[in-house]
Amino acid sequence: MEKRELICIGCPMGCPLTVEMNGTEVASVTGNTCPRGDAYAKKEVTNPTRIVTSTVMVEGGSVDMVSVKTKEDIPKGKIFECVKALKGIKVKAPIHIGDVIVSNVAETGVDIIATKNA
Amino acid sequence: MFDVMIIGAGVSGSAVARELSRYKVNACVLEKEEDVCCGTSKANSAIVHAGYDAAEGSLMAKLNVQGNLMMEQLSKDLDFAFKKNGSLVICRAEEDMPNLQALYERGLKNGVKELKILNTAEVKEMEPNITDEVVAALYAPTAGIVCPFNLNIALAENANTNGVEFKFNTEVLDIKKIDGGWKIVTNQGDYETRYVVNAAGVYADKFHNMVSDEKITITPRRGDYCLLDKNAGGHVAKTIFALPGKFGKGILVAPTVHGNLIVGPTAIDIDEKEGTNTTAEGLNEVISKAEQNVKDLPMRSVITSFAGLRAHESHHEFIIGEVEGAKGFIDCAGIESPGLTSSPAIGVMVAGILKEKMGLEEDPTFNGIRKGILDPDTLTKEERDALIKENPAYGNIICRCEMVTEGEILDAIKRPLGARSLDGVKRRTRAGMGRCQSGFCSPRTMEILARECNMSMEEITKSGGDSKIVVGTNKDSI
Amino acid sequence: MKTYDIVIIGGGPAGLAAAVSARKSGIESILIVERDKELGGILNQCIHNGFGLHTFKEELTGPEYAARFIEQVKELDIEYKLNTMVMDISHEKVVTIMNRTDGMVEIQAKAVILAMGCRERSRGALNIPGYRPAGIFSAGTAQRLVNMEGYLPGRKVVILGSGDIGLIMARRMTFEGAKVQVVAELMPFSGGLKRNIVQCLDDYDIPLKLSHTVVDIRGKQRVEGVTIAEVDNHGKPIPGTEEDYDCDTLLLSCGLIPENELSNGMGVDMNRVTSGPNVNESLETSIDGVFACGNVLHVHDLVDFVSEEATTAGKNAAKYVKDGEGRAEGGRDIVLNPIEGVRYTVPGTINVDRMDDNLTVRFRVGGVYKNVYVSAYFDDERVIHKKRPVVAPGEMEDIKLTKAKLQEYPDLKTITIKIEEA
Repeated sequence: MEKRELICIGCPMGCPLTVEMNGTEVASVTGNTCPRGDAYAKKEVTNPTRIVTSTVMVEGGSVDMVSVKTKEDIPKGKIFECVKALKGIKVKAPIHIGDVIVSNVAETGVDIIATKNA
Repeated sequence: MFDVMIIGAGVSGSAVARELSRYKVNACVLEKEEDVCCGTSKANSAIVHAGYDAAEGSLMAKLNVQGNLMMEQLSKDLDFAFKKNGSLVICRAEEDMPNLQALYERGLKNGVKELKILNTAEVKEMEPNITDEVVAALYAPTAGIVCPFNLNIALAENANTNGVEFKFNTEVLDIKKIDGGWKIVTNQGDYETRYVVNAAGVYADKFHNMVSDEKITITPRRGDYCLLDKNAGGHVAKTIFALPGKFGKGILVAPTVHGNLIVGPTAIDIDEKEGTNTTAEGLNEVISKAEQNVKDLPMRSVITSFAGLRAHESHHEFIIGEVEGAKGFIDCAGIESPGLTSSPAIGVMVAGILKEKMGLEEDPTFNGIRKGILDPDTLTKEERDALIKENPAYGNIICRCEMVTEGEILDAIKRPLGARSLDGVKRRTRAGMGRCQSGFCSPRTMEILARECNMSMEEITKSGGDSKIVVGTNKDSI
Repeated sequence: MKTYDIVIIGGGPAGLAAAVSARKSGIESILIVERDKELGGILNQCIHNGFGLHTFKEELTGPEYAARFIEQVKELDIEYKLNTMVMDISHEKVVTIMNRTDGMVEIQAKAVILAMGCRERSRGALNIPGYRPAGIFSAGTAQRLVNMEGYLPGRKVVILGSGDIGLIMARRMTFEGAKVQVVAELMPFSGGLKRNIVQCLDDYDIPLKLSHTVVDIRGKQRVEGVTIAEVDNHGKPIPGTEEDYDCDTLLLSCGLIPENELSNGMGVDMNRVTSGPNVNESLETSIDGVFACGNVLHVHDLVDFVSEEATTAGKNAAKYVKDGEGRAEGGRDIVLNPIEGVRYTVPGTINVDRMDDNLTVRFRVGGVYKNVYVSAYFDDERVIHKKRPVVAPGEMEDIKLTKAKLQEYPDLKTITIKIEEA
């Protein structure tokens, strides 16, 4: 059985995880201290995903840039496509936390939303 | 055709320019950097020496003592920070006592006033943090400390106000003899002038040797320094020198006029005239030697380290005067320590030479008074409150460490020969010179510079040329 | 002179949480003084996610986390002043503030909460030799330029120090089109969180070189390259291990220093290890009625713990104001004694009469220890013995004490906290 060692990124504790693989199937996850770790490990060995954060320009607001994030995690392989999709984007104030800035970014089915009021 | 072109806007060139501006003369200063005070003048010990070091009868000794005597009045006329804090030369070994005595006697011969040799108890009473090994010390109450930036800047500003032109980013490439004067070839075009003053610091040999067969050599002698936070500024009140002797040249420890503590320099001869890089060996030497004369130095409080180059001439003497066989070419070369101290006297001397040769007339419109950038810290709370009501920019702190306001930065940019870079603002106002070393204020100072000078953020530099701070905008390359 | 019950110095995460807590403890007259143009402090430039799991049970970005507290401050109608600098705080708690519109104003506070945060260690403080060109930034300055202003500090980057801001900026600069070549760390372990090494370096194949430092910076005007070398056990570069990197930018993430110039000015007793004030169980400094919390007290790893600590400080400041002269004086102080791997504790003393029912003692360790116990000795008796698979300097540790337990030890003088081998 193949073993993979991971460090959980679910929270700042950074638990060391061991995943036992049966082919492409996850047989077991150990080392986690919470269910989040189990979920992270299973995803990380099959379809690793990340939340992506960045900023876009805002016009007429109290600040020049407004921070944004993917509303949910997206496949790791899509990160740079997602970042590229934000190039040159300029939004108009007012912007509220949670406003959709780009919908279905990089065909991931996930929206980019604002994380700051501006 | 200019009457006089001065090569170099360091403290010597600027002092010459200011003294020259007393006369009716068409003068211009050429500077290869983007600002005044960019070479030797900006990175040194900031000491106003009493004058016991230089050899008896030397020009160096004479100008040192003269410069020292002039500094206090000049600091009032030109509004720069100067403090007569006194100095101690520390002797730590009985066998070195003859050296201390010799220094004392040389000082007397050089005309240094109020010199005194103190015993251990007297030294300890004066400076409790001096090493317990101290045997005696030479006390020179006339020694002082100065803000080297604002001394240089004030001289240049006042020269400019009185009609001397300054051309920055102008590097002299060649000097050719022409009828009635000289042709100066620069990267910005050619100029003609009747007289040339060579105040080019570590490059003075290059220009001298263009016009003379009697070659001189200026060796850049690098000095590494550490600057400590203001919480360490009171560790000593006087400038503490080591007595040259058994332990080598030693490292000085001194307060600065702004309340920091400076420790250094090393003395390393190098080939590279732009070699202002510190080295690990140099910094280690500073740190290890600093404690020889001063105990319990809080080296944890170091906020920056830097290196400066002294323009060391092989004979350790100032070379000031018309170059033989090169009529109208005046050297002002080999200006190493005590060059900063001597600068006011150097200015008078060179201007005097030119006055005599050219038969210059005094300019009745000359105004030798210059007002510096207002430091609101010197005001009472009420005065400061009134100032803010009148100009709200003085209520906006930009540099949190040194508490520099937007008002001061605007003044630094808008005044004659105003700042055009982060370092230019820093030397004039101290914004970015504090314990965080511009981490907080640099983006804000950049915004002010961009706004006031009509530049984009990408054009703002640390110190001119290619020293750009930001290289583009987010995602511009993807 | 205008008076407030509580003046809070700083509107970052610590100041905001302290204000909310003090208001909820019944104090009406509160003023937050913030030097920046908006509340939220450093969180405004920390646009990455990973905040709030403890506090809000969900993962937020920095600005979202800040907004939760800012909303509370606004809902509770707590007064605050932006773009306002505190110039001075006297020993008698007269706070002198300055801004463009009010000028210089003196305010009398009954209690002061210090929440000024920290600054980054600069290149100068690190004594890195070499030239001093443009292109050397502390990671936080670069973060501000990129995240708040949209400017790219450089295109080819070397990072010294593996603190969290450095790790976060490695990923951030990569997203903005820069090439991050290497992260060098002087210590044999990272100063940042493990998750950040995974998701900021490993994800983008950025190498982390432990026990390495920058020994030279090249470039007279703009950085042209740096030299990195391996260091020995004493942190001294090993000759012959030098490697040159061409780059236009050096980012520094080499530690944070609490910003205690105001505290020093008013004469607060300082702790040499934390560079923050010495505080008691109430997070009160050596000056009565002056409290401290957040990174000005000691540098935290997680903002959630800052909020928790600041909530305690706010509550205690409120109690101080309400009790006034009638505050319980005297009682015994138990001294906390950090030894053997434990660098410091916050608080440093505990007055059992004044303490809450529960008290969290936070501390950091001096090295990486695996399979060890965190132990607390009440004088000579071991009372707490907590197994930890790994403890590291980058992550804050804590132990919990209860008033009930301490009351069982009426003669207790010292609580010693140390790391013990399994």
